[in-house]
Amino acid sequence: MLGEGILKGLAETARNFFGSYFCAERMTTVEYPEQRIAPFEAARTFPFLVYDGADWQAGLRCVSCQICEKECPPKCIFIEKSKDKKPDALGKPQFYPVRFEIDISVCMSCQICVEVCPFEAIKMNTKFELSTEDRFGGLLLNREQLAKSNQYYHQIHATEAAEVDARLAAEKAKFDAKAKGADVAKAASDAAATGEGA
Amino acid sequence: MIETADQIFVLLLHWLVSFLPASWQSVASAVLCAAAIVCFFPALFAFTVWLERKGLGRMQNRLGPNRVGPFGLLQPIADGIKSLTKEDIVPLSADAAVHFLAPVVLVVTVFMGFAVLPMGRNMVLVDLDAGLLFYFAMGASTELAVFMAGWSSRNKYSLLGAMRAVAQMISYEVVLLLSSVVVVMITGSLSLTRIVEAQNHYTWGLPHWYIFTPWGLAGFVMYAIAATAETNRSPFDLPEGESELVAGYHTEYSGFKFALFFLGEYVAMFSISGLGTTLFLGGWSAPFSFLTWVPSWIWFFSKLMLSIFVFIWLRGTLPRLRQDQLMNFAWKFVLPMCLLNLLVTGLWRFLGDGWLRWVVCSAILLLAYVGIALGEQRRKHIGPRSYRYAE
Amino acid sequence: MSQAETKIDKPEGWNRPAAIVPDGEGEMLEISMGPHHPSTHGVFRMDVTLDGERVVRLKPVLGYMHRNHEKIAEGISYLASMPYTDRLDYMCSLTNNWAYALAVEKLIGQEVPERAEYLRVILGELTRFQNHASSIGFLIQEMGASGTPLMYAFREREKILDLFEELTGARMMVNYMRFGGCRVDASPAWLDKARKVVADLPRFVDEFERLLCSNEILMARTQGVGVLRPELAINAGVTGPMLRASGVNYDVRKVDGYGIYNRFDFRVPLGDHWDVYDRFMVRLLEMRESLKILEVALKEIPGGPVMDPKARIRGLRPKPGEAYGRIESPKGELGFYLISDSGPNPYRYRVRPPSLINLTILEDMCLGHDVADVVLIFGSVDIILGEVDR
Repeated sequence: MLGEGILKGLAETARNFFGSYFCAERMTTVEYPEQRIAPFEAARTFPFLVYDGADWQAGLRCVSCQICEKECPPKCIFIEKSKDKKPDALGKPQFYPVRFEIDISVCMSCQICVEVCPFEAIKMNTKFELSTEDRFGGLLLNREQLAKSNQYYHQIHATEAAEVDARLAAEKAKFDAKAKGADVAKAASDAAATGEGA
Repeated sequence: MIETADQIFVLLLHWLVSFLPASWQSVASAVLCAAAIVCFFPALFAFTVWLERKGLGRMQNRLGPNRVGPFGLLQPIADGIKSLTKEDIVPLSADAAVHFLAPVVLVVTVFMGFAVLPMGRNMVLVDLDAGLLFYFAMGASTELAVFMAGWSSRNKYSLLGAMRAVAQMISYEVVLLLSSVVVVMITGSLSLTRIVEAQNHYTWGLPHWYIFTPWGLAGFVMYAIAATAETNRSPFDLPEGESELVAGYHTEYSGFKFALFFLGEYVAMFSISGLGTTLFLGGWSAPFSFLTWVPSWIWFFSKLMLSIFVFIWLRGTLPRLRQDQLMNFAWKFVLPMCLLNLLVTGLWRFLGDGWLRWVVCSAILLLAYVGIALGEQRRKHIGPRSYRYAE
Repeated sequence: MSQAETKIDKPEGWNRPAAIVPDGEGEMLEISMGPHHPSTHGVFRMDVTLDGERVVRLKPVLGYMHRNHEKIAEGISYLASMPYTDRLDYMCSLTNNWAYALAVEKLIGQEVPERAEYLRVILGELTRFQNHASSIGFLIQEMGASGTPLMYAFREREKILDLFEELTGARMMVNYMRFGGCRVDASPAWLDKARKVVADLPRFVDEFERLLCSNEILMARTQGVGVLRPELAINAGVTGPMLRASGVNYDVRKVDGYGIYNRFDFRVPLGDHWDVYDRFMVRLLEMRESLKILEVALKEIPGGPVMDPKARIRGLRPKPGEAYGRIESPKGELGFYLISDSGPNPYRYRVRPPSLINLTILEDMCLGHDVADVVLIFGSVDIILGEVDR
């Protein structure tokens, strides 16, 4: 109580003052926007749709199952299913989204849509400098704005994208093997039928 | 050469004034000196604002302002432009004349104090025989401005803030005076130039500043506490506390008038640090005898800026004292120590030269300090605690 | 002027707070420490009646941040409520997630794998550390030390938030716990980083303690202020560090032993003087205990899955029933009460907010003190408006 606590406090502050010139730990300012911290790989801001290949419409993975729309907590995803089908990466004909809009002013970046998507079609982006002056729809991203290539996905989430690619390749291999097996079986049954017939 | 550098401002003044006829010269020289003070100290204020923000920032592990100009040096100019262009709002029911005059009174009385401070060898505006008395008279008038501001605003919160501020300033004014009286006792004069000259001697290269004596050190510490309280700086800034209920006596001021209050507070800080430097730190005298070649005004302003840095340092470290604790501290702890210091100074004078007076005076002061501090702690049951854990 | 010296006139009836009878001279000042205030930890209003400088009556006004959390939860699925729980006590989103996951797991009878339990403890204690550091920082900031200790606390908090971001993807709104475990596994690289961060933290606690605990001004401002007697604390339902600073030994981690807390050896600090200083010291000591738990947990974490493979996340339809899951959040006992009616959404979803319940005793603590102390006492309750108003 003799004032030594105050002196200790003053010493602590002085140490921080002088240390801020030498020690990186005592000067933690990052002068944005000239300096930026590299984002972590797992960082997430708002969703985007992944497409394979060069054409975003042909390669879009989304098959408009609308599970993400149902599970989204603030209901910020708006999907309209198509009437016709187009072939997907495995060759199966699938629906596709005619309209896929996310209102990022409502989206709370919870990532549940990514978790529940069975087709690895929607993933989290890391861009955050998205401010716009358009009050009425500037933050409503449509299909084209949301579609980003698989290469982009690899750039922002390398490990995750590699795992997803491995999973999709395994699925494709299984599908091909089954198809090949079905072909072989079909050829065998045909041959048997013609052999029988002949 | 050294002489010229030391007296450069005096020589400049004489040269400028020599262009005028002899009857006008004394008036002109006074006006020029006053103009120099009025121009220089606000510039120093701008620099100090920048220093404070950068200093506090660095203590808090962040850069201060750094966008406006190199290292943020033009930030005070940006702040000044901002406060000049803001709308000057005067409350409808406020007492307009008093409301207008309050910042004016503050700034004028604060600048008057500089008239008697010796800022270098032969560099005092008016060499009064009772310079210290004049300074304290002017310093007490600043409290009037604070109360005018609070009263004229017709706002119960500003009035509350103003009353607190005035109570605080009056209590610490007593302490300020009593801690300065010891210097007068030893020097035997109220003239500030004589006080500085009395400290301008060296023994084995070390100076005779009063801070290096037991009564001087005690006096300086109490003077510093009183100075912090007089200028409403942390840890005594409850009247203008930001996180308290009332925003203080300058709540109802905006624009340039608010900037004047701000200016007044900082210039009061300079003025009171200047007086403290003169009384205890030897004014414009150099710290070691081999450094006397450095011009005297450089020493004065370095000591002034050192005191300012200590003010900033205290602000960044210490939490605020509550109003009643502040007053208790002044009347029940610092004032008795001041009175004891007077006694000790008398003893110093009459015990004669030698080691005996050092030992006796230091012992009395230390015992009293420890005794009162521990007594207060015991009485109020305040102190470090140890904690138990559940079994 | 202590509370013992002022006349307290306790009226009949148990619900009305005690009011001090003023001298009868002079008029009383009624002020509103409004929703916009630098010290009210969010949008919170207090209507204070003063007699001179002393508080005679204090009425808290809440609801400025009400966001219909409980009603929204009745309209969305159990999984979709999880990100909303992040936003209750937005500084400690992981513990909120844990409490909700615990409640749902009780409702559906779901087991949690061991690695997930360890991860939950690690993240929970990291959350507790950064919350207590910030809360002490805010308390000192309100005392006027121009934010210096707050900046130091936030410097350490940044390291912990970086860990959270690397693991879960977000610094504050983590959405990490699931019913049956955790959402993503922690890589060995992350565990090493966490060990390094935790190894540095004791030095910060020492620095913090040195800056503050022997500071005479701090002691003079906080000792003897805002005394809360243990009987009153228990009767009012106060929990958390506030209760333990009033000397009552009640920590849900020890009482319930939820998760795997009974495997860790940590002490529960108690206060003997029941004032603001004790609350602040109890938080500091709890920070040290958290570090002990963290070191052990990070060393002993086993391998294995972090999610029960049989757990359903989507389309959860629990059988009709009710469950109350509670944990020791940094603010107090956080509980979730769920009633399900076999639909996809809960029939009733109720949060027991520790901040709100701790706040009800504010008037009793502030009576007789100065206005300047009200700010400190309020800060020592350590509330967060997201939880108070939901």
